[in-house]
Amino acid sequence: MREVIELHVNGVRHRLEVEPNRSLLSVLREELDLTGTKYGCGEGQCGACTVLVAGRAMRSCTTPVHLVAGRSITTIEGLARDGRLHPLQEAFLEVGALQCGYCTPGMLMSGVALLNANPDPSEAEIIRFMNGNICRCGTYGRIVRAIQRAAQKMKEARR
Amino acid sequence: MRDDLWHDFSTLSMEPAAYELFATSVPEGASDSTGKLPLSLTRRQFCQALGAGVLVLLLRDVRAVQESGGGRRAEAPSMPREIGAWLHIADDGRVTVYTGKVEVGQNIRTSLTQVVAEELRVPMERIHLVMGDTDLTPFDMGTFGSRTTPVMAAHLRRVAAATRELLLDLAAEQWQVARATLQIEAGVVRHAATGRSLDIGRLVRGQRLTRAIPQEVPLTPPQQWRIMGTSVPKVNGRAFVTGEHRYTSDLKLPGMLYGKVLRPPAFGARLVSVDTRDAEAMPGVLVVREGDFVGVAAPSPEHAARALAAIRAEWKRTPQPSSREIFAYLKAHEVEAQGWEGRSRYVVGSISEGLQIAERRFEQTYTVAYIAHAPLEPRAAVAEWKDGRLTVWTGTQRPFGVRSELARAFGVPEDHVRVIVPDTGSGYGGKHTGEAALEAARLAKAAGRPVKVVWTREEEFTWAYFRPAGVIEVRSGVKTDGTITAWEFHNYNSGAAAIRTPYAIPNQWIEFHPTRSPLRQGSYRALAATANHFARETAMDELAHLVGMDPLEFRLKNLKDERLRAVLEAAAHRFGWGRTKAAPDRGVGLAAGFEKGGYVATCAEIAVDRATGEVKVLRVVTAFECGAILNPDHLTNQIEGAIVMGLGGALFEAIEFENGKILNPRFSRYRVPRFSDLPQIDIVLLDRRDLPSAGAGETPIVGIAPAIGNAIFHATGVRLRSLPLVPNGLKGEARLHRGE
Repeated sequence: MREVIELHVNGVRHRLEVEPNRSLLSVLREELDLTGTKYGCGEGQCGACTVLVAGRAMRSCTTPVHLVAGRSITTIEGLARDGRLHPLQEAFLEVGALQCGYCTPGMLMSGVALLNANPDPSEAEIIRFMNGNICRCGTYGRIVRAIQRAAQKMKEARR
Repeated sequence: MRDDLWHDFSTLSMEPAAYELFATSVPEGASDSTGKLPLSLTRRQFCQALGAGVLVLLLRDVRAVQESGGGRRAEAPSMPREIGAWLHIADDGRVTVYTGKVEVGQNIRTSLTQVVAEELRVPMERIHLVMGDTDLTPFDMGTFGSRTTPVMAAHLRRVAAATRELLLDLAAEQWQVARATLQIEAGVVRHAATGRSLDIGRLVRGQRLTRAIPQEVPLTPPQQWRIMGTSVPKVNGRAFVTGEHRYTSDLKLPGMLYGKVLRPPAFGARLVSVDTRDAEAMPGVLVVREGDFVGVAAPSPEHAARALAAIRAEWKRTPQPSSREIFAYLKAHEVEAQGWEGRSRYVVGSISEGLQIAERRFEQTYTVAYIAHAPLEPRAAVAEWKDGRLTVWTGTQRPFGVRSELARAFGVPEDHVRVIVPDTGSGYGGKHTGEAALEAARLAKAAGRPVKVVWTREEEFTWAYFRPAGVIEVRSGVKTDGTITAWEFHNYNSGAAAIRTPYAIPNQWIEFHPTRSPLRQGSYRALAATANHFARETAMDELAHLVGMDPLEFRLKNLKDERLRAVLEAAAHRFGWGRTKAAPDRGVGLAAGFEKGGYVATCAEIAVDRATGEVKVLRVVTAFECGAILNPDHLTNQIEGAIVMGLGGALFEAIEFENGKILNPRFSRYRVPRFSDLPQIDIVLLDRRDLPSAGAGETPIVGIAPAIGNAIFHATGVRLRSLPLVPNGLKGEARLHRGE
């Protein structure tokens, strides 16, 4: 029961013949070879698979691909523009907000979604928004600092 | 429970999962250190493959041989065992360093690059580490036990320093100048008098040198460090924040299939019959059946999952114990050895005499639950057979061990098997084994095509191995002035790591009792040091209260070890111990200890919500000392991470099981620490540049659980003696303990 579905990923249009109920995660990773988006749990509990759909965070492991047909999807691979890192990517490197890095793409996409919706989040707002993302290495404090730092960078860039 | 039922599991639990424990028991002075460099064909080929340049080899010293477990089992490694490390400078100036260690997030790719950059006087960017590739890197027993920093960093320092000296020799010869007038800076050899300079790449151009280096080489003293001891950022950090880095689970080979393995419905279940016809009828699906192994390979993960679901299997189950009765089970099933770790006993003085002179006596039992590592990247492997040779990419902490597992399983020589470990999505001691590698290789062999196997979260929670559960019994006596006169300590099952007390007590009986384990168990960050510190440091708190002393004062009274005193005092000072204002439902607690060359003290402040029973850790101060610090920021990151990970095991993590089934094999049922659990964390680093550097990925985890438990007692008067402390909030726990 494959269908032709149009996916807009990182500014590129793809026409794919896929089963419409297949997870967005699987399509991104297997059909488009965008492996930066990770599998962590398959039940939307860890956030490793987070992508942006129209700027908002979505768990791609529990999202059937047909639901996002035609909508603008951003994955970790689309975050940097022309080799220039997103301020949050820069902040992650500056703060050292990772250890093994496996949760990092999902953390970044969730963090960017937060900053899209709330350019100046308080610490409590960051914690509430990011609570669906797991980092087993325990770098939460650093990720909070990186988000705060990116918010500051983006504020300065807007001036 | 029938005894013979457990035989299979105790056999299972001793194997590779526990190699770390096995490795630490390798006797002193074992094996060879011939100092001879056998030029095997393989190594000649290896040198040819490297191309022109300078290759420097380091001969193993006795300690290194022990480290790699040399001689434990006959193996045929493709590279000579006597070589401990090597480094190559290509004629374009790039430096490649080869090490069998693997990167799993502890940032040793960075720290090891730092030591090479420091000693070789070459910028970090020019240095590349080849890690965990059994064809290219020296044999290494595994990345565990916090051994990378004390052993591998020390090796690579010597290799780099020797290479620097070799380069100076070369330049002096080429320029016909006195060697002492030359120096290397930022990868360039300079002669100050003539202003001559040459990049080291140019210097080695046209050379084809291979040198084995002596053990004695001049190392840069800590006062002169410019790269070691500084907070260099993660070397390949950009690849991680852009998603470019390919973990094992991200790899693809041409023609690759996706594998899935049929799992039994419970531990101990045996396959009676299986009907695979429906699965086999699916297009592109291969079903493999070998004994109890049933697996499928298919063109996509979805196809593989569907094929697996179409397999009908009948299993014969046998009764298994449950988590409710686990502690009684452990106490009732002592064995002589768990395979890797035998019964051990440490006795000084006389417990009965110590108790006799005591003015207060104390006896308590503590327990710890099985917990899961839950690395965010589950087990994964990609396997490819070509001309009878097997290559497997997999995330493991023991690439050479997994190579042996594969060679044994498929009856091929070890030099026909290559294991490559891409930088991996964490391990925490949980990835010593090669399950996914074996499964992928088996399916790939049958399919005649490469196969990838990635475990689901549920598989990882069920079929990996766990941190051992344990029962710890403490008996002690103390004088009213706070002097401990007797200390008896028995650990059942969880392990002997850090089982000895650091306190100066004249009469001690400390014993590890191996038992059978109904669940497969193995290494976990800091091994049993967490369980033993939890019991010991909780008991110390109880003893302090028994004689009405401040817990810090009580510890210091019984503590002679200066390094441990230093971290305890540093943590207490930063925390403001004794100066915190009493507030209702708030409490403070502390704990201290040492293990694997690291000294740690942790103070915690907690708050209890009486209405909900929720315990919130508000503030943690950890002071840590591990000799000379190589990278302060990455060390801080490890300590913070250990505290956060330790919070889970302290407060709520526990594997629940019943009759052979894991009841909570998902993140929705197995709670791990999240952002909202994060306390304010303050790290105090004591940098002892006068001491050798010890590893730091593990020991900082040991203090958090007892510090929190002691703080809960301080806040509420409820003494909790089981990890996790409050899986269901404090109300339930308090009731439970009142009922005792």
